[in-house]
Amino acid sequence: MSKLIPSVGKLLGGVTTTTKVAPIAVITNAKYSTKNEATFETKPYKLHKLEKGPATSATLTSEDALSMYEKLAVIRRIETASGNLYKEKSVRGFCHLYSGQEAVAVGMHSAMRDIDSLITAYRCHGWTYLMGVSVLGVLSELTGRRTGCSRGKGGSMHLYAKNFYGGNGIVGAQVPLGAGIAFAHKYRNDGGVCFALYGDGAANQGQIFEAYNMAKLWNLPCIFVCENNGYGMGTSVERSSASTDYYSRGDYIPGLWVDGMDVVTTREATRFAIDYCTSGKGPLVIEMETYRYSGHSMSDPGTSYRTRDEVQAVRQTRDPITSFKEKILSNGLATADQLKEIDTKIRKEVDEATKIAKSEPEVGPEELAGDIYYKNLEPFIRGVHPNSPLQHIETAARN
Amino acid sequence: MVPVRDALKQAIDEEMERDEKVFILGEEVAQYDGAYKVTRGLWKKYGDKRVVDTPITEIGFAGIAVGAAFAGLRPICEFMTFNFAMQAIDHIINSAAKTFYMSAGAVPVPIVFRGPNGAAAGVAAQHSQCFAAWYSSVPGLKVLMPYSSEDAKGLLKAAIRDPDPVVFLEDEIVYGVPFPMSDEAMSPDFVLPIGKAKVERAGDHITIVCAGKATHTALDAANELAGKGIECEVINLRSIRPLDFQTIAQSIAKTHHLITLEQGWPQSGVGAEICARVMESPSFFELDAPVWRVTGADVPMPYTRSLETLALPQRGDVVAAVAAVLGNRISEASVSQ
Repeated sequence: MSKLIPSVGKLLGGVTTTTKVAPIAVITNAKYSTKNEATFETKPYKLHKLEKGPATSATLTSEDALSMYEKLAVIRRIETASGNLYKEKSVRGFCHLYSGQEAVAVGMHSAMRDIDSLITAYRCHGWTYLMGVSVLGVLSELTGRRTGCSRGKGGSMHLYAKNFYGGNGIVGAQVPLGAGIAFAHKYRNDGGVCFALYGDGAANQGQIFEAYNMAKLWNLPCIFVCENNGYGMGTSVERSSASTDYYSRGDYIPGLWVDGMDVVTTREATRFAIDYCTSGKGPLVIEMETYRYSGHSMSDPGTSYRTRDEVQAVRQTRDPITSFKEKILSNGLATADQLKEIDTKIRKEVDEATKIAKSEPEVGPEELAGDIYYKNLEPFIRGVHPNSPLQHIETAARN
Repeated sequence: MVPVRDALKQAIDEEMERDEKVFILGEEVAQYDGAYKVTRGLWKKYGDKRVVDTPITEIGFAGIAVGAAFAGLRPICEFMTFNFAMQAIDHIINSAAKTFYMSAGAVPVPIVFRGPNGAAAGVAAQHSQCFAAWYSSVPGLKVLMPYSSEDAKGLLKAAIRDPDPVVFLEDEIVYGVPFPMSDEAMSPDFVLPIGKAKVERAGDHITIVCAGKATHTALDAANELAGKGIECEVINLRSIRPLDFQTIAQSIAKTHHLITLEQGWPQSGVGAEICARVMESPSFFELDAPVWRVTGADVPMPYTRSLETLALPQRGDVVAAVAAVLGNRISEASVSQ
């Protein structure tokens, strides 16, 4: 996982709102030219019980810009491929696309350090890629093939990677789980934080508030991130939530509202959050306001509860990729040719992965009873009738 | 003689000492010394970091415990009783039991959920349910149910060391009951195997399979029957999942008669599962009479003493069931059910 964080001192020079800076996990190289950097104003934040917010401007090197653009574009492309695979019936069950929300993940990930962890709900394809799984690993999990990152046993909602705990299918359950991962960071005193992501729909689940309470009581390094895309399935935020100010709904937990369509802003907000959390102040709630272009899942055309015009308007005025592209082109951080080259490379990579994801075999029947237990103690696993016993097998490494 | 409560504490204490990753959280486990005093003294010894009082928010703290296990710690999640764990059952099943499989072995979940289960005394329906059958139906979980102090210590230590999620069903009424403990069992190295039943009493005439507190009822009945010349073989399951059917089958091959005994409800209960396994296996041909289940009555637990007694299997019920099965006096009652 390469981290392309420019000189932090430079980045935050002259910014008075942030006093401490999260350590950089990996500095890959120093080859980027200081000539190739530009400073951007971040979108305005809203603060809840915070005296200071994140940096209001941020510097991007050319290398940052290209890397972020590439990640945004890969995720968009993965989701387009996922949607197509679903339509041609290569993906079974559910399939929830992230298109429109890419800037949340890419900005956050650009600020994360190797020690940090993350857990999210079922709209998880993009995050899985960012956390280190290949495009093929993601797409062939969707098609249920052996090259899938869960060997086809999890499907589109259950993808995992190092420091990435899914991919969870029960709305809201991932939030206390994330607080528990943060508990482990604190217990080990390893300096890491856990990001627990949930949607505006899950934001009303009771267990979120239980997790808030304990996270604050115990000062857990947990950053609760509400991705508000406007709709929990087909129910708009106004119809589901007595307060739609999700960043303030942690009450005693300070909160931050962020324009989730602007990748520079989400990166700065995340940097601020890591800094806040690791300084021992405990948890933080972030609301990232964003938008999903597709329906809730592939079976939802997404048109009965909102208008096509609404979706079109967001695409035209707030699209996270188009707006970032314009920004880095006009600032000279990238040239049209460079971006085109990236687009071509990504198309090729995703197209190839899509092809393999359809042609690879599924795992063999012996894996039906694979990895039910880390340490199996059953003499055999029962199949569908008494004369069809299964042998438990271990596909993953055991310590 | 060591009460079950102290045996459980010994297990937790020894395992916390052995492995820094082990910690306990739950309601009143720290400063209050445990709602039932199982964790007495541990907070003083290990402090806030490893003995963690939670608010009364089961789904939240169970989720936090499972998340900590995802991240490699070894939590012991205490429920004040398993009745309250129903608020948290999503995390026990969907988060803990299924994640290792769904992740193709990428995310192990080494956690113990423990606390008193089943009927206590005079606490009525909402506080008196046995969950053995519920949890034991779930692949991915291991389910243990100790009876004696040795069971409690040896099985809890095994559960804490086990790399999979374990549901550990205790019994409030037995917490204060002292049992003899061998020198071996007092050692910090004493661990019982998960998935092995214990023959508590050998006998040739009929097999009684039970677990947890019901083992006491079975042994009581066996004593009474011994006076009448009937020798019962009493099998204390210890582990409901994996279920040690081999030990049951061996016993049936000897006694040719079987009774299951549990405090939980009859329908889809542990006894029902054992009956089904007998039906599906060559053990069926060993039987000289149909198997009978002796269970809690098929009613929510009443509060008042006389009715509560009727709702739970007593020694006399077991004696009567043994007489019926051995005497082949089973037909009419069974058919009319």
